[in-house]
Amino acid sequence: MANYKDIINGLKDKQGGIIEAFHALQREYNYIPEEAIAEAAQVFGVSQAQAYGVATFYSYLSVEKRGKYIIRMCESAPCHVAGADEVIKAIEKHLGIKVGETTADGKFTLELTECVGQCQATPVITVNSEPVFNVSAAKVPEILSAYK
Amino acid sequence: MAEEMRIVLRNYGKIDPLKIEDYLAQGGYKALEKARSMGQAALIDDVKKSNLRGRGGAGFNCGMKWSFAASATADQKYVICNADEGEPGTYKDRLIMENDPQSLLEGMAICAYAIGANQGYIYCRGEYPQVIEILNQAIDQAKAQGLLGDFDIEVRSGAGAYVCGEETALIESIEGSRGEPRFKPPFPPVQGLWAKPTIVNNVETFANIPVIVDKGGAWYADIGNPAYPGTKVFTLTGDVNNRTFFEVPTDTTIRALVFKFGGGIRGGKKFKAVQIGGTSGAFIPESLLDTQVAFDAMSAIGATLGSGATFVLDETRDLVDVSTRIAKFFEHESCGKCAPCREGTARMHELMKKLNEGKGSSKDVALLEKLGRVMSYSCLCGLGQAAPAPVLTTIKHFPADYNAKLM
Ligand SMILES: Cc1cc2nc3c(=O)[nH]c(=O)nc-3n(C[C@H](O)[C@H](O)[C@H](O)COP(=O)(O)O)c2cc1C
Ligand code: FES
Repeated sequence: MANYKDIINGLKDKQGGIIEAFHALQREYNYIPEEAIAEAAQVFGVSQAQAYGVATFYSYLSVEKRGKYIIRMCESAPCHVAGADEVIKAIEKHLGIKVGETTADGKFTLELTECVGQCQATPVITVNSEPVFNVSAAKVPEILSAYK
Repeated sequence: MAEEMRIVLRNYGKIDPLKIEDYLAQGGYKALEKARSMGQAALIDDVKKSNLRGRGGAGFNCGMKWSFAASATADQKYVICNADEGEPGTYKDRLIMENDPQSLLEGMAICAYAIGANQGYIYCRGEYPQVIEILNQAIDQAKAQGLLGDFDIEVRSGAGAYVCGEETALIESIEGSRGEPRFKPPFPPVQGLWAKPTIVNNVETFANIPVIVDKGGAWYADIGNPAYPGTKVFTLTGDVNNRTFFEVPTDTTIRALVFKFGGGIRGGKKFKAVQIGGTSGAFIPESLLDTQVAFDAMSAIGATLGSGATFVLDETRDLVDVSTRIAKFFEHESCGKCAPCREGTARMHELMKKLNEGKGSSKDVALLEKLGRVMSYSCLCGLGQAAPAPVLTTIKHFPADYNAKLM
């Protein structure tokens, strides 16, 4: 794994680039570690409180450790009427966790999201930002079995 | 009835988006050349003449906006493309960027020439990492061919905040801050990114530009509804047969969208309501379906065109349940900067939940109407101002859904 200091310093010349740095960190670790927030604050010349304020403002960014695969269920209105609630229940049951939790083996984290812009094939989930289309409760076990 | 007409999606399915040669073979970048030969003033005049109005929701005259930034004196100006596309049910900007990224870049380069900017940004939502990849490749190709001249474009990634689609919140986000809207004025064309004159336009707005420059403003002004000419891309979701996208002239009616292009309601059921413009749009009943989709025609019936998202519901749907879900969206997405929105969206969701669970009374409905009215004029930005629309319009047009759930 790349060192968080190298990731942040590689972007230091981007004006206002702290969010880009957070994205790069999250791509590497699946979340933004606390020590990386402190480093980013220093590199981009803002207080640690401000850097933390930015990291926690955006729902796509997480400051908490997450699993290898992050499942996000779209619950916006078009996915809602297409049956998002049943899909959430099926995922929760299949993985034995609730929304916001990570499986004990650290493999899956389950989150809710608003529309991910793939509304031609509702309901939609994303797994590590890759969309999965036309999901149904019945298809959940098969879909998730693809992630090793 | 109107037929489909493709302007912004003119190259959809016809070119390989990752091959700039394909775009050039379709006449790509000829408009930029023409724009540069016209001179800045004549170019802006022609864009004004086209009467192209913003496709991001606010419907502001594009050429007029450009003229403000062009006449501002500054050592640096910026062009920003708003590709945040957070409005639920909307994926039109993704279609354009995935299938024809060069037409967006060309539109931005024309704008940069018109106002005298040499730096551009595309603020693309973080949920589209694949699109960001395409855009970066497209920019590299355009630069390698020397087509952009001294104009540089950088892609910045949003991070899952709906409010960052609002142009000043977007600017804050590019600057590396929390995406909270600014007080206006000053407006971005005067003081935007890093306090410099800045044009923010939507993806679809920019994608229209090369065609307008190529064929002339007068040609464009003649298409569709004269007050909001051109075409608009609609994305259909919910209980329609054709859950897909269409680009149609702006004099198309809502009825044609749902029944002709959408193919009517699924499963032989009856139509109940359609919400246009995304999750902040009004719910529209059957009796208003003959309205044209153009901006002002929609305003006249208390609705919006917004992003063009078209969410159709059949007779079996419970609008109190759907509006409760939407109220939760706004509570979650309120940035918290102004009290009427921070508090209002939370109370609105609370009241809707109560009604949806069958625990509310007609007093709660009256309270919602009052709260919605206050929010619509007291919130700082469009998020809080538009948030009550789904609740207010369902109360107005579909009172039976509420009455059925009262205590
Ligand atoms: C809460 C909120 C969300 C918005 N989201 C978007 C968006 O996702 N995309 C967009 O182009 N405009 C969005 N807008 C409108 C922008 O503020 C701005 O008017 C637009 O980008 C200007 O471009 P245009 O003139 O080309 O439409 C939003 C506005 C508000 C208040
Ligand atoms: S509403 Fe779920 S992907 Fe758009």
